[in-house]
Amino acid sequence: MSALVPLPVLLPLLGAALTLLLANRPLPQRMVSVGSLSATLLVSVLLLMRAYQHGPLVVQIGAWPAPVGIVLVADQLAALMLVVSSAVTLCVLLYSIGQGQGETGESAPLAIFHPTYLVLTAGVTNAFLAGDLFNLYVGFEMLLAASFVLITLNGTRLRIRTGSTYVVVNVLASMIFLIAVGLVYAATGTLNLAHLAARLDALPDGVRLSLQLMLLLAFGIKAAVFPLSAWLPDSYPTAPAPVTAVFAGLLTKVGVYAIIRTQTLLFPGGQAGTLLLVVAGLTMLVGILGAVAQSDMKRLFSFTLVSHIGYMIFGVGLSTVAGLVGAIFYVVHHITIQTTLFLVAGLVEQRTGSTDLRRLGGLARVAPLLGLLFFVSAMNLAGIPPFSGFLGKLGLLQAGAAVGGALPWTLVAVGTITSLLTLYVASRAWSMAFWRVPCVTGNSNAPLPMLTVGATTALVVLGVALTVAAGPLFDVTTGAAVDLRERTPYIHAVLPGGPP
Amino acid sequence: MTGTGANLVSFLAIGILVGCGVTLLLERSLSRVLLGVILISNGINLLIIFGGRPGGAPVAGVTDPAAMSDALPQAMVLTAIVITFGFTAFLLAISYRSWYLDGDDEVPDDIEDQRIKQRAARKEVSTVDFGEEPPELDPEQLDAPAPGRRRGEGPG
Repeated sequence: MSALVPLPVLLPLLGAALTLLLANRPLPQRMVSVGSLSATLLVSVLLLMRAYQHGPLVVQIGAWPAPVGIVLVADQLAALMLVVSSAVTLCVLLYSIGQGQGETGESAPLAIFHPTYLVLTAGVTNAFLAGDLFNLYVGFEMLLAASFVLITLNGTRLRIRTGSTYVVVNVLASMIFLIAVGLVYAATGTLNLAHLAARLDALPDGVRLSLQLMLLLAFGIKAAVFPLSAWLPDSYPTAPAPVTAVFAGLLTKVGVYAIIRTQTLLFPGGQAGTLLLVVAGLTMLVGILGAVAQSDMKRLFSFTLVSHIGYMIFGVGLSTVAGLVGAIFYVVHHITIQTTLFLVAGLVEQRTGSTDLRRLGGLARVAPLLGLLFFVSAMNLAGIPPFSGFLGKLGLLQAGAAVGGALPWTLVAVGTITSLLTLYVASRAWSMAFWRVPCVTGNSNAPLPMLTVGATTALVVLGVALTVAAGPLFDVTTGAAVDLRERTPYIHAVLPGGPP
Repeated sequence: MTGTGANLVSFLAIGILVGCGVTLLLERSLSRVLLGVILISNGINLLIIFGGRPGGAPVAGVTDPAAMSDALPQAMVLTAIVITFGFTAFLLAISYRSWYLDGDDEVPDDIEDQRIKQRAARKEVSTVDFGEEPPELDPEQLDAPAPGRRRGEGPG
């Protein structure tokens, strides 16, 4: 069973190699990428079931025992992230195939899109499974290198312009992460997360706090937490729709995952809890106020993306089990919904040639299915009951209220305001694009490809299914959060004989 | 040869490398940013190397295990060098492409900044504040290089 653990990394990488070889044969190339991602999804589901029933699965690469060798760990949190991320990447891949990446002038050259996309997936899964800090760094670099290529696809002026900001900011974040890795090793002599959990406690408080802050800084840039978020709304919207969708869904959440993992496993006790709460509140407010000022659909969703990262950081900052449950549930919800929204925006752009809300109008009459897809996912984002956004927000707000005190209550208020403002933003986008007098321009008569609509519908249904399956999902997230808080299941799984 | 480990000179060297790198990183031109990235990453590589135990070559049979240097930071630095190499190549490609398209390789302003600047130039407070439609602003138009910035036409 533990032989399955490296597969979510290996399958996309093998797929990438094969698709590169099949560069000039579109059909086999597509089949290989769809096949490898479907297999990844299947393996991830198996891993989640196994981790849920029997605890974390650990693989020591090359049979080197734990603190020395590289370990991959699939505990409940990692496996849950794997399932959601591979489901989402598969849907986005189908969407991009339906859109005919590389066949029209503006989209990607087919030959490099698929291999790069698969490497991106492998980087994401590697970051989720990594059992040591340096492997986490390598996972980040894999997905970054692939994302650099994807965000500057075709090298048009606009993409190079926004891409250069993205590249410089992310290279800087990686270097901060690398400094942190070097300092952690110098201070403790190990990088294995489980081993670190034992050794970091022995360090002086000042050293530990500075290591924690270095890591938070690096992950904060990747996750686009408020003072470090300015790069995101500027760089995401210009990429092709599937690329923006998968970036918005996954890349920031890998940063959030890294924050959750390191804060709970390495630095329990929440020395940075207050900082995280303040930053979370600012992220929510500043992000959503930015969204209010936007008139382009893609930019608007980029700002809601930043804003809602605040909810997850809020849950982590509370550092209670309920807060973590809420944060993990919210990550799952937000990966699905944010990806869906960008795909819908892509469909709108395909249909009308624009995502500018001032130019759109009356789409509900022209494209009722599009209207339905947009409405359901926008309301899901805003957190209207009974959608999963409501459940996630409710869980987080309850966790905040349960902690009590001035700061958590302020955060509860900020969270409620953000939710209402998201509703305002979403309904304004809806009424501007889908109501009003029809003034649709562009190739409005061209029917949308079945596969793109199908993939988007699948994601919308997945988003709604999160409500239906909320019970089992809360079971898994609670299990994951309890394990995270206790730390011992993870440490015992990696180091069965106790830390040396 | 056995190393002596970290000392003040080595940390000064790291500080100078990273400091110069940060200064270059704050420049507008991508090629200078690239040089900054190279300097900083070399500084970080030194830092990682000094984080391990000093000693002889970590090869079994050559050095007594007790006197070996720590091999793990060296492996990490090797990985970091490869990754930085890839990023350097990519940044170089981006800066070349940017020069090819625009005649320079400067990192442009944020879209919102450009909007505010254009409004200020027209002495417009903000029509949005009075409940009117804001003026047409297309990112594609914003993207056109400012007059005077273009130094030469690309070879294309």
